[in-house]
Amino acid sequence: MKILYFAWLREKAGCSEEDLDLPDGVATARDLVAWLQRRDDWAGAAFANLDAIRVAVNQDYVDWDHAVENGDEVAFFPPVTGG
Amino acid sequence: MAVRVQSQDFDPGVELAQLTAGNTAIGGVCLFVGLVRDMAPVNGETTAISSLTLEHYPGMTEKELARIEAEACERWSLDEVVIIHRYGTLAPGDRIVMVACASAHRDAAFAACNFLMDFLKTRAPFWKVEDTGTAKHWVEAKAADDAAAEKWNTDGND
Repeated sequence: MKILYFAWLREKAGCSEEDLDLPDGVATARDLVAWLQRRDDWAGAAFANLDAIRVAVNQDYVDWDHAVENGDEVAFFPPVTGG
Repeated sequence: MAVRVQSQDFDPGVELAQLTAGNTAIGGVCLFVGLVRDMAPVNGETTAISSLTLEHYPGMTEKELARIEAEACERWSLDEVVIIHRYGTLAPGDRIVMVACASAHRDAAFAACNFLMDFLKTRAPFWKVEDTGTAKHWVEAKAADDAAAEKWNTDGND
């Protein structure tokens, strides 16, 4: 699966994307965030308030309990500010 | 119907002419252009902005704009819709976005144009960085934009 980071999340992550296999025990977007927070210091603070973060799977907005699987493109980003 | 996500500038006059060419059933076009302003609130103070940079999510931006466009076409009778949104680094006065809606009558054109801007601002995956010349900061999403989008869910269709 691929994880993409945008805007200030990308800056805190220090990368715009990473490839990885679905970690054991991770079934939802929420699980994936918890796994990232255990793996990386930056993720602990950055994802502390999930209300302030948006998630998309395969380029569609989803909620935090949406399933994630190998082969998915999962993107994390702040609320959008286009227009 | 068209969605373009691009770094290059666009010419609203050219776009308007192309949008209406050959379709004399169109009675009205509502066209909105969003521009980079030279001032913005930074830490509560109105501050001069030297540039604006837009980051985007290639693939999802086009998909989400197409989705919003399709929803507008379901809600209103539209002959044509064009959405153009730029990304990259822009200067004050530069064009950022254009939304144009053509219909037989003006009510649909005005309403759809307004709807598209409200939804674009809350759903299209772009993120802005303002540069004051001495510091850069990420623009924060505004509650007012969410409220503007939400009103389309509570009003009846036009």
